[in-house]
Amino acid sequence: MTDVTLTIDGKQVTVPAGITIVDAAKRAGIDIPVFCYHPKLEPAGMCRMCLVEIGRPIIDRTTGQPVLDEQDQPKIQFMPKLETACTNLVSEGMVVKTQHTSEKARQGQGEIVEFLLTSHPLDCPICDKGGECPLQDLTMRYGPAESRFLYDEKQRLAKHVPLGELIWLDRERCIQCGRCIRFQEDIAGEPVIGFDKRGRTTQIITFTEPGFDSIFSGNTTDICPVGALTTADFRFGARPWELTPVTSICSQCAVGCNIVFSTRREARAGGRIVIKRVMPRQNEQVNEIWICDKGRFAHHYLETDRLTKPLWRRDGDLQPTSWQEALDLTAKRLSEAGSDLVILASGRLSNEDLLNLKLLADMAGGQALLYTHMGGGEATTLFGVSRGFDLGHLGAGDVIVVAASDLYEEAPIWWLRVKAAAQRGADLIVANPRQTKLDRYARWVVRYAYGDEAQLVEKLKADSGVSQALAGASRLVIFFGSEGVGQEQSSTLAFSLAQLLQENGHVAKPGSGLIGVWPRPNDQGAWEIGFRAMDDLAEQMRGKGLYIVGADPVGDDPALAEVVRAARFVVVQEIRFTETARLADVVLPAQTYAEREGTFTSGERRVQRFYAALPPMGETYPDFVITAHLAQGMGYVLEGSSSEGVFNHLARTVSAFKGLTYAQLAEAAEQWPITGRAHYYFSGTVHPNREGLGVALSNAAERGEPLALPSVEAGPAQRPQEGEWLAVPVTRAYDRGSTVWPSRLLTQRIGQAAVYVSSATAEALGVAAGESVQLSWNGHQVEVVVRIDETIPRGVLLTPRSCGVPLFEPTFLSVEVANTVRG
Amino acid sequence: MRVLEPMIELGRGLWTTFRQTFFNPVVTVSYPEVKRPVRPRFRGRHILRRYENGLERCIGCSLCAAACPSDAIFVEAAENTDEARYSPGERYASTYEINMLRCIFCGFCEDACPTEAIVLGDNYELSFTSRHEAIYTKEMLLEPTPSPELTTPQRVPAGMYTRAVPEMSDPKG
Repeated sequence: MTDVTLTIDGKQVTVPAGITIVDAAKRAGIDIPVFCYHPKLEPAGMCRMCLVEIGRPIIDRTTGQPVLDEQDQPKIQFMPKLETACTNLVSEGMVVKTQHTSEKARQGQGEIVEFLLTSHPLDCPICDKGGECPLQDLTMRYGPAESRFLYDEKQRLAKHVPLGELIWLDRERCIQCGRCIRFQEDIAGEPVIGFDKRGRTTQIITFTEPGFDSIFSGNTTDICPVGALTTADFRFGARPWELTPVTSICSQCAVGCNIVFSTRREARAGGRIVIKRVMPRQNEQVNEIWICDKGRFAHHYLETDRLTKPLWRRDGDLQPTSWQEALDLTAKRLSEAGSDLVILASGRLSNEDLLNLKLLADMAGGQALLYTHMGGGEATTLFGVSRGFDLGHLGAGDVIVVAASDLYEEAPIWWLRVKAAAQRGADLIVANPRQTKLDRYARWVVRYAYGDEAQLVEKLKADSGVSQALAGASRLVIFFGSEGVGQEQSSTLAFSLAQLLQENGHVAKPGSGLIGVWPRPNDQGAWEIGFRAMDDLAEQMRGKGLYIVGADPVGDDPALAEVVRAARFVVVQEIRFTETARLADVVLPAQTYAEREGTFTSGERRVQRFYAALPPMGETYPDFVITAHLAQGMGYVLEGSSSEGVFNHLARTVSAFKGLTYAQLAEAAEQWPITGRAHYYFSGTVHPNREGLGVALSNAAERGEPLALPSVEAGPAQRPQEGEWLAVPVTRAYDRGSTVWPSRLLTQRIGQAAVYVSSATAEALGVAAGESVQLSWNGHQVEVVVRIDETIPRGVLLTPRSCGVPLFEPTFLSVEVANTVRG
Repeated sequence: MRVLEPMIELGRGLWTTFRQTFFNPVVTVSYPEVKRPVRPRFRGRHILRRYENGLERCIGCSLCAAACPSDAIFVEAAENTDEARYSPGERYASTYEINMLRCIFCGFCEDACPTEAIVLGDNYELSFTSRHEAIYTKEMLLEPTPSPELTTPQRVPAGMYTRAVPEMSDPKG
């Protein structure tokens, strides 16, 4: 885009054409106060706070040239009245006088503040926004000392209106800037709140049941320029200036949103330091300035019901013991297991933990298995997105494929950014057996039957429009998820999609690649480090010595529970007392990622650092330290002194990490929009990123390594027999998993354990919505409530994972109507 | 003469003592039985005040803690309900502690308080034998209730208190 040069407060500024005066001034380091304007939203011009004097050169209509004055300078014509700097775009030769140089602008802005305060209550002492409030800050800077309006005529409105159970509205504090409404409409694409009534009685209302039904609702509290919208989680929790921000990474999904834990010492918690709230941290390449509500509100598991002491089984019971005894016994038993050692770890662990576990398995001659319901990591390590990938840069000419994934539920921030890319002009292809929220933004929607995932690529190629788009894409990004697939099916799907990338020549192209929508924050890291998932996990674990870290197979799957029960020896290293820990011979208490430092590799293959926010709980240690001590007891040497030491080892030994340094991960760069304390009024209370943007891993193609994938052998899809129904697992953002369930605030969103069917299927089953059915398969039985969802294909039962039905792959089962009726 | 003169001098001296002892006003007090009154603007131990209806003035805003130059005050807030109401607004101090070892009695907390809840009183008897005792809790700082039944928390009818911060009179009005 061309640049234009204008003068703001006597300062010559050259900025790209098409941006607003507010943005141009901000780039030049000049603050123009705003309330309704936000750099991520379209301008609205509602609050009138950004009033400035704007002059434009007079153009001679006959020549098209600026009219010059006596000094040969272009003559500038100022408008008689003040104009809003947020709705006027910059133009060549423009002269802007802000409140810093123009008394008229200063007076105009002061009067706007005075006007906004006519009905704003003096709640500042108790308001959650007090201390980081744009209205407070701008009133102090530009507002009048006294009001000419009558105190008695202040409006009296409802003070605490729950918009939903997560977000509270104070109607008196609202200044009707509409930032929240515009965020929901433009950015989140979910217009669930709006203005009601007119003039002085204008109010924010919610249209949905449950109220404010959007997974991005928490972001509105960040950009609200007053304390009108606050979160139920932080309500009266602390004053903002009392909080210590600690840099971290969200661990709820594979996106790897940059966050900040705001911590504080609390008497209620017995004098411990606790997490009071989770705030987004700017990273324009990952989460911009947003996070989802799951990341914001599901942090309570970090501090609830934690394991604090090592336990071992004595006389049939788990009893507390010392670390030395627990480690000695474990090391002895694991050594005895030898090649029968199976280390089962999940992607909840950091890169450092996983590397130490993998090295231990290699040295002992055992196996390192990844606990996941999703396969295909072999494909993402080879064909994963290359360096320089940024969803925010995708636009016209680029193609995004989302296959077998309900991105909104599985990775909300990716959903947001994929939607934005589609709106910028990228061709979006959504392939899913049922309708998802992303369909609205898709250029092509491809439907297939559950179970036909292996034929999906053929189906894409068969569509002439889709295949042309794929062939002509300047960049091609393919997401694959776990909608209705288990480990085996998702692997097959991933391999076939990788082939599709290869066939269209996108293997080493910058910005193209394959992305796994993994369920956990570091699944990608586990794949890179060499963990493998097995579809016959139960067989692999049978009769072995098990070292289970950060996984709860017993709580998840009754079939695995039997195997763990019959295992030779079971060591469980966990943060909480899980069902698996109940069956263990030794339980080793680990620190959560909020109590230590380390790194995660996101689904976009970006390695990012997190830091210790909380002091260690009880006698816990980081996972990599425990593993290093165990290794020592077994006669091996592993790095266990520092996270950095293990990471350096990782950078030396694992090819994708080659050349990375721990310090490099902490490098930050300037980003737009500008964020930080002085810019809260501009970009919201998002934290600036000074602690590192992370570094993307190179992919195999970039390194010139051979790209060999197992060939895809797709057998014919299985169809249900007479009297059988196909139950397919899907992922829900709010589930009963151990990292969400302890947040009591989310209970209402998680809801009851249920199975979802279309009304036609319900009729065939002979049940109505709200009635219970009994599902039976392989000798397991579960009773759940039936819910109706018309988007589900006929004959298919949708069973959300970790929501009461322990199914992780498509299963044929029999359904019986239960007698009990529940709400 | 040589004998009489010292005797007279001695007698004069003793007379001064006698006069001072029996006829002059007393300047010392027999503390602790008798306590000297303090000046009106004396800054002694803090008091957390109540309204006439027994509700606490403190709204847990933590501005005193923010103003405190020696970081002596710790406040934790919680939300009032009509079933358990501590203060007329939405918020009250669930924990309020002052570390008297740190306090320098500057009175900034008084100045910062938006509801005039914290005032420095006339109590100067601050002695303790351990650091733990030096921490004055909310129970120790709160002014006694006007009558026993007006203690906090109170159960109040719904809709009686709807303001976020209690209405305050205009200091100039």
